[in-house]
Amino acid sequence: MLKIEGVHTFYGQIEALKGVDLHIKQGEIVTLIGANGAGKSTLLMTVFGNPKCRQGRVVYEGQDITGVPAHEIVRLGIAQSPEGRRIFPRMTVYENLQMGALPTDGSTFEEDIREVFDLFPRLEERRNQRGGTLSGGEQQMLAIGRAMMSKPRLLLLDEPSLGLAPLVVRQIFDIIKKINEKGVTVFLVEQNAFHALKLAHRGYVMVNGVITMTGPGQELLANPEIRAAYLEGGH
Amino acid sequence: MSETKIKVGAAETSLPAMAKDVLMTAVIALVLAVPFIGLKSDSVGTALELYTRWPEMFAIIGAVLVGRVAFLLLRLRRDQPRAQSAQKRAGVKELAANWGGKHIVLIGVAGFACAALLPMMPFASRYTVDIATTFLIYVMLGWGLNIVVGLAGLLDLGYVAFYAVGAYSYALLSTELGWSFWVCLPLAGVFAAAFGVMLGFPVLRLRGDYLAIVTLGFGEIIRVVLTNWVDFTKGPNGISGVPRPSFFGYSFSRGGEQTFHDLLGIAYSSQHRVVFLYFLILILAGLTNWFTLRMRKLPTGRAWEALREDEIACRSLGINPTNVKLSAFALGAMFAGFAGSFFATRQGFVSPESFTFMESAIILAIVVLGGMGSQMGVVLAAFALVILPEWFRDFQQYRMFLFGAAMVLIMVLKPTGVMGRREPTIRLHKKKDAAEDAEAQPEIAQ
Repeated sequence: MLKIEGVHTFYGQIEALKGVDLHIKQGEIVTLIGANGAGKSTLLMTVFGNPKCRQGRVVYEGQDITGVPAHEIVRLGIAQSPEGRRIFPRMTVYENLQMGALPTDGSTFEEDIREVFDLFPRLEERRNQRGGTLSGGEQQMLAIGRAMMSKPRLLLLDEPSLGLAPLVVRQIFDIIKKINEKGVTVFLVEQNAFHALKLAHRGYVMVNGVITMTGPGQELLANPEIRAAYLEGGH
Repeated sequence: MSETKIKVGAAETSLPAMAKDVLMTAVIALVLAVPFIGLKSDSVGTALELYTRWPEMFAIIGAVLVGRVAFLLLRLRRDQPRAQSAQKRAGVKELAANWGGKHIVLIGVAGFACAALLPMMPFASRYTVDIATTFLIYVMLGWGLNIVVGLAGLLDLGYVAFYAVGAYSYALLSTELGWSFWVCLPLAGVFAAAFGVMLGFPVLRLRGDYLAIVTLGFGEIIRVVLTNWVDFTKGPNGISGVPRPSFFGYSFSRGGEQTFHDLLGIAYSSQHRVVFLYFLILILAGLTNWFTLRMRKLPTGRAWEALREDEIACRSLGINPTNVKLSAFALGAMFAGFAGSFFATRQGFVSPESFTFMESAIILAIVVLGGMGSQMGVVLAAFALVILPEWFRDFQQYRMFLFGAAMVLIMVLKPTGVMGRREPTIRLHKKKDAAEDAEAQPEIAQ
């Protein structure tokens, strides 16, 4: 469904991604784990064309989307919940969700928002509340819900567990699983390797802009190297 | 008063700390007051003579100290018994928020109705209507700039440039080509919008301070061009004899073929034109407001607000920031263009003098004081910035002082502006949720 081929991305002179290959098949949950500064978020941003990769290409459903502007990529059926949630703090929950529906023609708005409210009953309770007054977990739910409003076939999630309590993290991951079961392909960038690998069908490990390891989630979870680098002592 | 030290920002609220604060205030007041109030120079013949006014000076310093103590005590009261009165406070706030939220439309309509009836009131002298017209021009400009600054969050310090474009469009088209006001009005809007896009393109990638500097430069460029392009704009002399507007072809002059008072069969009065101009700007301003309120509910308007909140999030949601910014600049400029051509026809004279940076600053102050993005806030702030200085005329040389004090006071008491609370464009199931809403969010954190 999504193919990333030999992507090199630079920030000025600094090479953040040094030739990354990665693919995601329809219906999968694929996770990308790695330490701070490994280039995980950069890869996600590169898919969205900001920053653009200097070499390599991004192919989505057979179409080369390298260099397609971000706002058009959304219309192709890829949605992103950006790092740090980035909800609109002064807008209400409902307005935030309306913003997510902008790329659609709006004809199925009622059903779509129903679906999001079913996934996140908390959001329905708080629909008239301002985004900025929500708790961290609720904001993350809102960010994911907002991304879901564009009815994506591929959902990119950038560190949904960032700064959340363990219990809330589990809730969020349960919901990601539910979203996937609805037929949405999920690409999950995470530092919380344990939860991410447990959930994902396949995983990639990134170190300093290079993919060092790949395999089914459970397999990576059992890998002693990964255990040592990302899991031991963390939980 | 307890001796417990509670940190409030940098200041401490213990007794010695307060004494120190008051002492410092006294020193600063003294330093400022000696040159400003203590010494006064008067010209006697060709020479300057220096007088002293010590009693007045100490009276002023005393007033400053009393004010400072009152301010400190107020802050103490506000900070300490928070626990006891928090509940009551929340209740009041909730009530206020709900009331304001539900009735804001009602207040707006009532305000508009009062404005429409103003010229019929017995106290409405020519002076009153004239001031009200000036007030409405600033309200309209404030609403226009509110699109750019308040909604889209693009800090524009050169807004007056578009006002100038509108004014000169009408002045030139009417004096050179003899076109009527009603043809020129939309054209002025179109020209100003075109200039808005012209400014918009180079600043697409800029934000915040950098954007402010470029827009400031743009405003100055327009003014300098108007001053120096003598062949086209008549330079610093300005364009005089700009035609006054007519009532669908009926002029407001005493004599002539088709006059307004003949049409209605009433006696001629110079008041007619003033009142007509007043209604004209009332309609134009009303149109601006209606347009903005509509836009806030449409995708483009929503995108403006979203862009103000978070540009990266916008991009990830499929919003094209280029179009959103350009549309904000263009539409904001368009309303300045309308206001500009109204200004030209009202004054009958335009010159670059009227479009200095000071004007931009006042319009921006209206938007910021009112609370970014709030339509009602703009009205209140325009009132404070346009009407108050008029009222303060009686205070003569203290006029600007009082004006400045009023501005400082507003920002101290209401840091996010008079109406800093953003009204949602939609509320679901009003009755049940309004209370929930207000209770859950005592005040927006900005």
